[in-house]
Amino acid sequence: MARSDVQLMLEVKAGDEASFELLLRKYRTPLVNFLYRMVRDQGTAEDLAQEVFLRVYRARLEYAPSAKFTTWMFRIATNLALNALRDGRHRQQEISMDQQADHGDDAASPWEVADRRPGVEHELIQRDRAAFIRRAIAQLPEKQRAAVLLHKYQELDYDEIARILECSESALKSLLFRAYESLRVQLAPLVGHSAAVGETGELGR
Amino acid sequence: MNCTKIDAKWIVYSDGKANPSERREVEAHLASCSACRRRAEEYRAMWNLLDELPQILPSPSFDAAVRARAAAEPRRGRWAWLVPSPRLAFAVSMLLVFSVWIATRPVAPNPATTSSAATQLNGEADFRMINDLQVLKNYDVVSNFDALSDLPAQSSGASQPSAQPPSDM
Repeated sequence: MARSDVQLMLEVKAGDEASFELLLRKYRTPLVNFLYRMVRDQGTAEDLAQEVFLRVYRARLEYAPSAKFTTWMFRIATNLALNALRDGRHRQQEISMDQQADHGDDAASPWEVADRRPGVEHELIQRDRAAFIRRAIAQLPEKQRAAVLLHKYQELDYDEIARILECSESALKSLLFRAYESLRVQLAPLVGHSAAVGETGELGR
Repeated sequence: MNCTKIDAKWIVYSDGKANPSERREVEAHLASCSACRRRAEEYRAMWNLLDELPQILPSPSFDAAVRARAAAEPRRGRWAWLVPSPRLAFAVSMLLVFSVWIATRPVAPNPATTSSAATQLNGEADFRMINDLQVLKNYDVVSNFDALSDLPAQSSGASQPSAQPPSDM
């Protein structure tokens, strides 16, 4: 029977290292992805994700479940990401649609297939699409970016995200609306509605 | 002309979290506004596109790195509260040692307070003498004056006073 995150954390507090391992296994991928999409550099994202777990571990003796575990954990992660962005420790990876050939030299994402054989058009196209989507997210203002990532990919509730971003729920919903409106416009070329493409006059904007 | 009628409700509606009245309002509007219908379509397409974003995996050494950093943390546990800080503990223990040492030092004998009654008297006289330091400077001369009869005159020879003025007060 699966224990809740709060239960696991209370066990970590009591000295149970195995419970910490379970939390580590459960949240390492979501955390690394959230942080990667925030700071746009995998090395930094991993470093920050480790820092999140370290802070969780460090705080174990004082842990008192007043919020959901994910709220607490992602709040740490968001603050670390925002600080890292402000410190400029991230490297902006500007992958444009035109630069299809140069993925080998710098830190290409590990899951991407470095295969140039003819016949893998589909994969190249997929990779370009992914890069395009990633860039659209990266172009959002930081708080909007965090809101979208927590809402879309972590599927957290409004009140959780509002607590993480330290704003009201209505401010959060407004943030999400603006963010998704930007993404809707930015990603329109990928959707394939030619009538939707363009910066002006698109849907009466 | 951008229709903003359902902007405020759009997020909760598309999340399926709108209450019944909000849902009715949005759907009624969509039925009558082609611009918003189009926008809703694009929103859904955008939403699906976002799903295409692949997940990255943490590197194979991730867990080990976390464990190493956790292991490097200062040891804490049930008894940690007893020793909140090594420096503080050291300072407190030194203070205790010092206090005990002070308390157990033997009291140094004071020449003015030994048991002999005579010396008691001398002690008192000596004390008065201390108040008259000017007198002490010319003790030899002064001790010859009759008027200063309360000055100690242990010996007949005034130039050899036996009572030493206490030098350490």
